[in-house]
Amino acid sequence: MAEHDHKLIHAFGALAELGQEITNKNNFQETIRTSLHLISGALGIMRGAVARFSRFGHELNMLAIRGLGDDFPLSLSLTLEDERQFLSCGLTPIDIQQAKVLPFFQVYDASFERRGLELFVPLVVRDEIVGAIFLGEKATGEAYTNYEKEIVCAMGQHIGVAIAQRNLMAEIERHADENRQLFDEMRSTYHDTVKAFAAAIDCKDKYTEGHSVRVGKFSEIIAMELGWGKDEVEGAAVAGYLHDVGKLTVERKIINAPYRINAKESKELNGHPGVGYEILQPIHHPYTDVPLAAKYHHERLDGRGYPDGLYDREIPYIAKIVTLADSFDAMTTDRPYKARRPAKEVVEDLQRNAGKQFAPELVTAFLGGMLKELQGEDRTKRFRRLLGRDYMEAEGIVDTLKYTLNEMAPTTPMTYVAAAGQVIL
Amino acid sequence: MTTQSAVVSSLEPVDGRAVIHAGDYINKLSGEQIEHECKRKLDEGCTELILNFADTEIVNSIGISILLGVIDTASNKGAKVVFSDMNETTVELFEMLGLTKHVTLA
Repeated sequence: MAEHDHKLIHAFGALAELGQEITNKNNFQETIRTSLHLISGALGIMRGAVARFSRFGHELNMLAIRGLGDDFPLSLSLTLEDERQFLSCGLTPIDIQQAKVLPFFQVYDASFERRGLELFVPLVVRDEIVGAIFLGEKATGEAYTNYEKEIVCAMGQHIGVAIAQRNLMAEIERHADENRQLFDEMRSTYHDTVKAFAAAIDCKDKYTEGHSVRVGKFSEIIAMELGWGKDEVEGAAVAGYLHDVGKLTVERKIINAPYRINAKESKELNGHPGVGYEILQPIHHPYTDVPLAAKYHHERLDGRGYPDGLYDREIPYIAKIVTLADSFDAMTTDRPYKARRPAKEVVEDLQRNAGKQFAPELVTAFLGGMLKELQGEDRTKRFRRLLGRDYMEAEGIVDTLKYTLNEMAPTTPMTYVAAAGQVIL
Repeated sequence: MTTQSAVVSSLEPVDGRAVIHAGDYINKLSGEQIEHECKRKLDEGCTELILNFADTEIVNSIGISILLGVIDTASNKGAKVVFSDMNETTVELFEMLGLTKHVTLA
């Protein structure tokens, strides 16, 4: 077999290996380093380098270098004239000795000559410079033949595509990062808006100041105790913060009435869940069911709630959470006509109404969270911050919680007899 | 020849000469081991690297590139490189690509 054929077969093997290397999902730097080895080994080239073009800096930055010494520049600037020429040449090897009219080869002449660089191959992909290959002398000492230059071009195409793909991936990652940042900012704005709404709602009712915020935090605790994910927990908190948004349209004197309100006033007040739903429904919330929580937070499992008298499974789960949080806050805060109830009594009330007003597993989760804090298993002091230290350390509360949770375990199945005697499953 | 044998064994330098035995297939992995071993010997002050290819049957392009790197490094340090016990195919390949111009054959 003629030597020319041997060379061709050897180079063909290297080209096949290069194709495989480029399509492997290896580390990019390692891929380029291997690619340089493959070109060098295919043609017996003593030294060389592969660089990536930065269109922002207008420079070639080295990705892999072989045998060029520590003093070889790692970043080489291009003028616009250089770029124009390289683009017009396309992916064609340029003989460095014959290209000294270009500023690029004049500026770096000494470095190229000292290292014996002979060929420069601009890597042009889809009419864009993505990089370049620098090749030194062959080990045979002979000049590059045309067929060897063609092999260099073929291998250069592979390397160019690998760099272009990497650039594209970097661009996609950058856009993804920007989108993530934008999303975080929007999320933060959304939460600030929600809190501002909650504060506006609470302003309307001077006796229940902070109610919406507390319901948000209690809803958050329940969702956390259920083991929900971060987004779902946030969604529960938002549902709690906004559950009373419909009260913005109810007259202040009705909300603050220190007496039993009449039927007309009661109708207006009881319309706030529906109004809340109408306000929240057109908003594109990042969490599901926020409007439903507002609409159904006065529903009860036994169907005796309002506005629609829904039964158990007809009530959205998020609304059941907010219902429990809302009622708990109502029982544990002072009202104009009623002082807050002792913790022990509240716990007993929740147990008594589990399966009637509240979902039993939510009561269990909520009281379980409270017990964990009282027993020191949970050091976040979530309940203590919301209810006050004295309230949380009332005598006998730990025993009451233990007893109640024991009584309620295993969780009461969602079966009960409704007022009308109908069995609901 | 698809298996990659234990690629390298080397003897400690005697009188500045170190012998490095290449494995049956010189590719990226085994080539880098040879390269590492050669650099270590050169750093220890070795002035003659003898690469023994008695077991070598295949050298791929990456292997060639790495061997060229070894030759270049040794040359920069003023050390001599000897290729020994190559089979006919390996000699032809090394001659075709010019490696033999830079080493002593034994």
